[in-house]
Amino acid sequence: MSKTEFVDHSLTENELIYVEKSLNRKPNSVELSMIDAQWSEHCSYKSSKSLLKLLPTKGKRVLFGPGYEAGVLDVDNGQVLTMHIESHNHPSAIDPYGGAATGVGGVLRDILSIGTRPIAVLDSLRFGNLSNPNNRWLLQNVVRGIADYGNCVGIPTIGGELSFDSCFDTNCLVDVVSIGVGKKKQLIFSEAKNVGDILVLLGNSTGRDGIHGSSFASKDLDDIPTDRSAVQIPDPFIKKLIIEGTMDALSTGLVSGLKDLGGGGLACCLSEVSDMGNTGVEVDLEKIHLRESGMEPYEILISESQERMLFIINPDNLDTISKCFDKYNLQYSVIGKVTDTKHVIITNNGDTIVDLPTELIANAPLINWPKTKPKYLDSKPVSKPELPVDIKETLLKVLSSPNLADKSWIFQQYDHEVGTNTIVKPGESGASVIRIAPEKFIAISVDGNPSHCYLDPYNGSAGVVAEAMRNVISVGAEPIAMLDHLQFGNPSNSDVFWTFNETIKSISDFCSYIGIPCVGGKVSFYNEDAKTHDAIKPSPVISVAGLIKGEHNLRTRKLHPSRPLIVMVGETFDELGGSEYYSSMGHSKSGIVPQLNFELEKRAQKLVRDGIKVGLFGAVNDCSKGGLIHSLLQMCTISDMGASIDLSNIPSNCKRWDELLFSESHSRFIATIKKENFTNLLNISRNHDIPVSIIGSIGGHDFQVYNKDDNLFSYDLDYIRSYVYDSLSKFMDGQI
Amino acid sequence: MNVAIIQFPGTNCDIDTYRVFNDHLEVDATLFWHENTDNLEKYDAIILPGGFSYGDRLRAGIIAAYSPVIKQLKRLSLKGKPIIGICNGFQILVESGLLPGALLTNSNLKFICKWVNLKVEHNNLFTNSFQSDSVIRMPIAHNEGRYYVSDDKLQELERNNQIILRYSDSDGNTSLDNNPNGSISNIAAVSNANGNVLGMMPHPERASDSLLSPYSTDDGIEIFRSMILSLEVMLKE
Repeated sequence: MSKTEFVDHSLTENELIYVEKSLNRKPNSVELSMIDAQWSEHCSYKSSKSLLKLLPTKGKRVLFGPGYEAGVLDVDNGQVLTMHIESHNHPSAIDPYGGAATGVGGVLRDILSIGTRPIAVLDSLRFGNLSNPNNRWLLQNVVRGIADYGNCVGIPTIGGELSFDSCFDTNCLVDVVSIGVGKKKQLIFSEAKNVGDILVLLGNSTGRDGIHGSSFASKDLDDIPTDRSAVQIPDPFIKKLIIEGTMDALSTGLVSGLKDLGGGGLACCLSEVSDMGNTGVEVDLEKIHLRESGMEPYEILISESQERMLFIINPDNLDTISKCFDKYNLQYSVIGKVTDTKHVIITNNGDTIVDLPTELIANAPLINWPKTKPKYLDSKPVSKPELPVDIKETLLKVLSSPNLADKSWIFQQYDHEVGTNTIVKPGESGASVIRIAPEKFIAISVDGNPSHCYLDPYNGSAGVVAEAMRNVISVGAEPIAMLDHLQFGNPSNSDVFWTFNETIKSISDFCSYIGIPCVGGKVSFYNEDAKTHDAIKPSPVISVAGLIKGEHNLRTRKLHPSRPLIVMVGETFDELGGSEYYSSMGHSKSGIVPQLNFELEKRAQKLVRDGIKVGLFGAVNDCSKGGLIHSLLQMCTISDMGASIDLSNIPSNCKRWDELLFSESHSRFIATIKKENFTNLLNISRNHDIPVSIIGSIGGHDFQVYNKDDNLFSYDLDYIRSYVYDSLSKFMDGQI
Repeated sequence: MNVAIIQFPGTNCDIDTYRVFNDHLEVDATLFWHENTDNLEKYDAIILPGGFSYGDRLRAGIIAAYSPVIKQLKRLSLKGKPIIGICNGFQILVESGLLPGALLTNSNLKFICKWVNLKVEHNNLFTNSFQSDSVIRMPIAHNEGRYYVSDDKLQELERNNQIILRYSDSDGNTSLDNNPNGSISNIAAVSNANGNVLGMMPHPERASDSLLSPYSTDDGIEIFRSMILSLEVMLKE
């Protein structure tokens, strides 16, 4: 085999000059490969780091926030909750099955790396329109990839969300959230802190897959065929064994540090553990178990082969720890040691081939890109669409959008029951609930809204946080922390960077106001069309975790005859910009996006939390995407129970029925109460200064909308379920 | 009483099953690693829980079917030891010949995770606690759950009362509309001719806690309870 050298780096001229200046020499090609991997946008956050500092990260339950493998929250009794979010956008666009599966694998390793057991996965997916067969192919295989990985590894995929927009035609987004639980005293960090400890590489052999993976994720997608080797190969079976072997090893209490190998492979792993531990490391390449012969040193260092973990342990404990690996027939090799040199030193056949200061590799120079407000945001508002003549036709059209469709086509492919703790299952509410101890539950949501964020990055992004919070509140939880995943186009495009800046500002402002800490996140840039350079719409995805104590506080969307009255909490405004309604009417490019009034949102959230606490509210649902009508229909279809509402009772100044039914105004909920609780409802409304009114009642099997005495809409639920809400399965099973 | 729960590499419903015995039924259960050479005879019953033994490599259940622990199971099954294979455990039992038939890829070619209605077709060791013809609810979660046997064998299963559960609607109609995976004759669970070995695709351990059930039911635990009650009677005798 001919010798190949690493030449294809993505460092800028300034970065190269900086490296040479710091080293006082030119880096050799292997050193360059390591710096290139670690300084990729994906690993270094060089374009976003300074802005991300704006996010509030402190809270009464936060033990560790951003900067660690996963956010860590104290959930009482010595128990911790860990949470992390990752994406695998670029790999999934090329190899949807492998890309999505390794995305799940990656986020599970992060939860494991901090010493906790992953207990659930959720995913947030964005694709182009389903009428394009390529997008159907992507969706089908992304879902299969997530399912095959999560199902095999035995971790339930308990929820998520999905939407479609043509801006994702060439850049699908595949985000995965994972949560874990563990003991506070068993937390472990990704640090090589003790000089003399040894480095043990556990798991899969290192091969040529995922070479340049993180650099590839840090540029536009182009030249697809040759980039295929940049996609990693998943192996959930080995992952399952690694999880068990790692948990066994951690229970010995003899592990000093632990880190997963993800983006940037061994190169990033080594520089990060020594930087965190303020030490150096020395690694002998010949000791690493390889999948194939003839691999070049740089390939071994930057390979992103999956299912690998680095253990840092005292050499005296190797016998005990290796027994935990042997039980599962896991491969491992002792590849090096922790030194006091503060350098990463790599040897091969006795030659030193890398000798770089840890600090240099681990700290890429930050970039501050110019920002300009995109012109489209200042364009003149277009007048509202005319009020449609046929209300029935309009309703059916909006409701049959795949964005609002029933998602069980996806959820049924995920084993969401394994672990026997999934209490609120996918589709039963906007958040899912998993039990972590008797009478103790975690609610978790993941949300996004590219249409709102495109037209109004500030209100759109803060609104996503609010929606994700409302979803966990709707299942009876107290929100305790959030994760943000910021997905944008190329940061060197000043329009893109302006929207990025605006997004972080709004998320920070709202989180600080309402008091929810950010405990982790991710940034994914370069999501743009390689040919046209059109960026995706600004796509922050927010995941919120909440804590529920006591079974009696659990809520879902499910209606129950004991609470027959339907209550609307909060006011509906004339703000339909970016709504599902406008996009169904071909009016997606303008309009006023729902504005987030921080104060109002806080009061509405508090009202619902109090209403659940005192047992006033039965079924509860957030009211946002698709408007009031969709929110109520979600409740009816899951319960197989009809409802009847009167538009004239909705708290609002809107006059048009389309505004009342389809507005996606924030700070609103739908809930049900008992007939005799009307007075309590008025009291709670007055106490929180939020308008509340009874808009209808449940019962029967028809879904009916009235305006005073006029019946505007009446359909049997079965009809809605099988002919309206099934658009996703119809598309995917080839019936459309 | 002590129940052995066999763990293969890739088994992932072992702990869930263990908890049902220990926490809900207050019956001792022991996690039994597949390489353990202890005699299984001392256990009163044996469970092969669900999961992805050996990552479903080659074919679901086939590698585990050749493991030494299965040799022990074959010997003990002849002695009448109660054995339940759930999901992947059922796949292992058919691959090892302890139960008739085969489990093929679901007819929709997808993994299916959902709650289903099941008609109790026959009362035996594992279903004594149910009224005959009851309809019970449990979730399924599998990619290869389409039960298949030849027509002759199917008639034999019927004759010998080996068909224990069938997919149905909530009224017990076992029509094709209520067949989630294309199983022949809607079969969800079968036993061996002797009635001491049960294979089932639905997960009883996931239907043993009413908080987990969308219908607030706990029908799954009755499968285990039936077995324990029958064992207690046998032990007394």
